[in-house]
Amino acid sequence: MAQAVTGTDAGAQGEIDLTGDPKRLRRERIIRGLFFAAATLSIVISAGIILSLIFEAVNFLTAVDPAALVSDGWFPRRGLFDILTLLIGTLLVTLVAMVIAVPLGLGAAIYLSEYAKPRVRRIVKPILETLAGIPSVAIGFFALAWIAPNIISRFTSASTEFSMAAAGVGVGVLVIPLVASVSEDAMRSVPNSLREASYGMGAKRVTTVTRVVLPAAVSGLIASFIIAASRAIGETMVVAIAAGATGGSLRTFNVLGPGQTMTAAMAALATGTDQVRGASVAFPSLFFVGLLLFLITAALNLVAATFVRRVRQRY
Amino acid sequence: MAVAPPEARSTTTDVVRRQIEGRGADVPGLIFQALLLLSLLLTLAILVVLIVDVLPGAFTTFQDRGLEFLTSPLSRSAARTGLSQSIAGTLIIGGFVVLLAFPIGIAAAIYLEEYAAKNAFTRFIDVNIRNLAGVPSIVYGLLGLSIFVQLFGGFTGGRSVMSGGLTLAVLVLPIVIITSSEAIRAVPDSIREAGFGVGATRWETIRSHVLPYAAPGILTGTILSLARALGEAAPLILVGAITGFLAIGGEPNFVETLRNPFLALPTTIYNFARQPGGDFRGELTPAAIVVLLVIVFLANFAAITLRNRYDRSR
Repeated sequence: MAQAVTGTDAGAQGEIDLTGDPKRLRRERIIRGLFFAAATLSIVISAGIILSLIFEAVNFLTAVDPAALVSDGWFPRRGLFDILTLLIGTLLVTLVAMVIAVPLGLGAAIYLSEYAKPRVRRIVKPILETLAGIPSVAIGFFALAWIAPNIISRFTSASTEFSMAAAGVGVGVLVIPLVASVSEDAMRSVPNSLREASYGMGAKRVTTVTRVVLPAAVSGLIASFIIAASRAIGETMVVAIAAGATGGSLRTFNVLGPGQTMTAAMAALATGTDQVRGASVAFPSLFFVGLLLFLITAALNLVAATFVRRVRQRY
Repeated sequence: MAVAPPEARSTTTDVVRRQIEGRGADVPGLIFQALLLLSLLLTLAILVVLIVDVLPGAFTTFQDRGLEFLTSPLSRSAARTGLSQSIAGTLIIGGFVVLLAFPIGIAAAIYLEEYAAKNAFTRFIDVNIRNLAGVPSIVYGLLGLSIFVQLFGGFTGGRSVMSGGLTLAVLVLPIVIITSSEAIRAVPDSIREAGFGVGATRWETIRSHVLPYAAPGILTGTILSLARALGEAAPLILVGAITGFLAIGGEPNFVETLRNPFLALPTTIYNFARQPGGDFRGELTPAAIVVLLVIVFLANFAAITLRNRYDRSR
């Protein structure tokens, strides 16, 4: 704080000068400018994402035969770009993921928020955070090496080990902690006075939870489901490892068979299994799929944000 | 008011007591609670099964190969392949995140919390950062591919570890900003007023009062985002991590190393998991996963311990 002392010294001479040391003020302005630049960098990044996606996506759309966009399946090497194949695959995997993640995540959240003793929560929450921190490649391998042979194979006699169902369960496992933590936050932000009013009326705990706390937190719960769905749609590695169909896929609704999602198709386009770098129209198709993915997840995130804001406004 | 006869009063007391205590156990309530507990236990069981599933294969690998598995380069032969380049690539990427995303992210958080006026532009930046945090990681891979690999390929060397590191630094930047903002927002205004009160400027107050107070929170968030970056594979696949070999030591200087093709642990795991051979799938993939999990869990553990200590001291 040497500067602060010199600043007051000048005033002690005679009349009090409050303008301050110009050197100190200049440094202040420079630092403020640097911080401002750091904050606006995020806008540059957004612009970079949107521009690079749109630029190559337009390249793709002008070069591709429109008939190839609605065909039997997604086979970029053969010039077949049926985008519906990818959308259906993504939808199926996301549905399976939500069937796993919503009940388990919500159940865990209600238990932690309304039933668990503080000591239990102190132990369980870090474990859930650990689960949230597991890299998706590890979950992908888990889906292929454990979920597929031990769970999915019970429902099908198909010989292939790859299936959208196994990938979906894996993605579900990946988003459980997300559902649990956002839902728990929503329920914990319900004021205690509501619970006390319910108990005061003689309600049991189960009644209080299901009739008072859950309805009060419903916006936050819906937000957690939407955020989880958005995350599931954007998840790449689990699907790329466990869903198979890396070379392309016919349009299929069979969850128990291999399939292709938007993200897995992008990973396949970029790696050795279906390498099409440079020349053909297949490379820009990567950016077209990326743009679709970006728009879908951005729309879901915006909807989730409005739900979260509603919770904040009410309490 | 007429007083009720003693016998009538005792029936009333009984009725009220029965109402309060309930007749027997609350069966639906108990079933509900049991279901909730079951879903929590199932979630925790998944973590256990996942770890138990990879341990035997990893154990076999480390028993046969020992630390040599960590120090050998990648090879097509399952008996000779190792993780040395992958670990080096992951560490270099971590370096990019620490040196770029941390300072820029914390600076942006300081601007948003301490300097920015509450106007439309600030709100726009804020909404923009929150949306960036929700963008799928593979889309950041596309950004890295078109900006760092293609547009600035002359500087970064194209599909290089520098492109990968820059891409992941951009990926975690919004997370660093959001968590750091929360830590800075939690600093009470009285702390700032103490700084202003002795004549400190805004930056002096931030440096000497706000940042030390917010440091544990900022550190927790940044460590967690580092763990996220180290485990991320999808963007690296797009900027070309899969096919290269990171040559360590052969280059005249370190900058040349950064412009070379590279491997990273998560992409190597993806590579191993797709190999048809039983050794790759059954033993090497689990072993590589265990190495990655150890790194990520250590980071998580450090962050959680730090936060717990900091929560208790408040």
